[in-house]
Amino acid sequence: MIAPSLALGLRAIRLTLRRPQFLIPLFLMPSIFLAVNTGGLAATTRLPGFPPTTNFLSFQLPAAMVQSLMLSGLQAGIAVALEIESGFFDRLITAPVPRLAIVAGRLIAAAALGAIQVAFFVVGGLLFGAQIAGGILGVLLVIVLGSLAATAFAAIGMAIAFRARQASVVQGMFPFVFAVLYLSSAFFPRKLLSSPADSISALNPLSYIADGLRTPIAFGLHGAPIVEGFAVTFGVIAVASLLAVAGLRWRLADAA
Amino acid sequence: MALDCLGVPPHAIVTTGLEKRYPRGGTYAVRGVDLAVEEGEVYGFLGPNGAGKSTTVRLLVTLLRPTAGTAFVAGHDVVKDPAAVRASIGVALQDAAIDPLMTGRELLRLQSVLHGLGRREVGPRSDLLLDRVGLAEAGDKRVGEYSGGMRRRLDLAMALIHEPSVLFLDEPTTGLDPSSRLLLWNEVRRLRDQGTTVFLTTQYLEEADQLADRVGIISGGSIVAEDTPEALKAEVGRPHVHVSLADPADLARALEVAASVGRPTPGVTLECLDVSVEDGARELPALVRVLDDAGIAVAGMSVVRPTLDDVFLQKTGEHLADTDEVPA
Repeated sequence: MIAPSLALGLRAIRLTLRRPQFLIPLFLMPSIFLAVNTGGLAATTRLPGFPPTTNFLSFQLPAAMVQSLMLSGLQAGIAVALEIESGFFDRLITAPVPRLAIVAGRLIAAAALGAIQVAFFVVGGLLFGAQIAGGILGVLLVIVLGSLAATAFAAIGMAIAFRARQASVVQGMFPFVFAVLYLSSAFFPRKLLSSPADSISALNPLSYIADGLRTPIAFGLHGAPIVEGFAVTFGVIAVASLLAVAGLRWRLADAA
Repeated sequence: MALDCLGVPPHAIVTTGLEKRYPRGGTYAVRGVDLAVEEGEVYGFLGPNGAGKSTTVRLLVTLLRPTAGTAFVAGHDVVKDPAAVRASIGVALQDAAIDPLMTGRELLRLQSVLHGLGRREVGPRSDLLLDRVGLAEAGDKRVGEYSGGMRRRLDLAMALIHEPSVLFLDEPTTGLDPSSRLLLWNEVRRLRDQGTTVFLTTQYLEEADQLADRVGIISGGSIVAEDTPEALKAEVGRPHVHVSLADPADLARALEVAASVGRPTPGVTLECLDVSVEDGARELPALVRVLDDAGIAVAGMSVVRPTLDDVFLQKTGEHLADTDEVPA
């Protein structure tokens, strides 16, 4: 189980790194949003109720991170759908490989790439004046939580791909990524969102993941949001992984 | 060939009443297929597009579940013990689904791990197979740079990485140039010599004729004929010698003297006759002699043997080359 999972994970990482059309948007698009938001909306920190932060770039960095991680999850789904379309999936399932390794390999790759994505935004943020309130430990927490969040989003992408079977259908979920992002506290504090976005964001798991990433960067090592962030991320991983495995089983049964 | 305790050759593939019926529309892709492929045999599964060849392969390699009947591959039930089947087989499906962004060597290493080969075996085995399929120099190039023939050869190498006892090749040479086809044929022959059972689907008559120890002809999801290529062709009819006369006026006399060698019939044109014979090559000199003795000038002569297409025509009423694709 471990060897094929690692081998499939390594393959997924290789293929992502060799597809610039997949890789570049993960870094470029959130960077553009980050530049636009920090350039044009920095004055929002003076709004009553905006939490005291080291600076607005530090506050916005987690938004870029979750945006990048969600896009990465969507791409994981597209990659799986492409494997189904191309017939590589058939090759996989005619090998004596445990079925769970097919899901686990992709999740291992997502975790590794997620850590790289988060580290990129930490380094980029520091270069452009962000401050990490939580110090080195804060950076480590952000990288670990980001890596776990990437795993959760990849599991969601896989669950969709096994059902959809077509890359174009998975790609069609792209606008949904932005809807989920804007209906969370990724860009603005939850209490500054107007109704019904504030209520929806309270129910949106992404809010807790974003706040879990934001706290060590913008506010320091304050326990509750970080613990909530990890707890919600583990919850999403568990539910999404179950959905991905169920999707795989459905796919195998449907194809047979 | 080794025999089992009952004096019967051991079988690598056995199916009984194998059937695949799709719920939507209730159409049968495969209907009542009975197979008994002996160990070490190259079995050619011949039929036009949509006849049920690929569906049969997908049933045997556990990609599809039969709706009726039983199938055993390498002694394992494809429904009850699919994992054991997968561990025993090598599969090269019709579409060589190979990542264009990975190198041949990377893909072979991945396939090795998926088949549970130890780390020490992976490198030497990959090198050996790349060399065997003529890709030693291209092994570190990305597959996107490979030609169609090179991809097929890599696909075959990947299917062989774990030295399977049964190899399934689904139309391995479709669309290949003659040299790539020949290379694959030679590899299949080498595998047979090593004792690997090969189940080969094809729509090429020559391929089945050249490679297969036995041929099963499938049409409309059912096997319509099965035997060695020679026996199938003999069943259709004897070879004949086609004679073109220099002077059409000699036809009546030629028919008369040729009767001492075989069974002559007038040809489709006035200056031709066909002489049905036992072997063809053996009777040719005698036929030349009797025509020459009678003073009949011959413009041309050729031995015409029955082909698998004639078998297909007799069994299905259609030429293999003429059949249209039938939706599964």
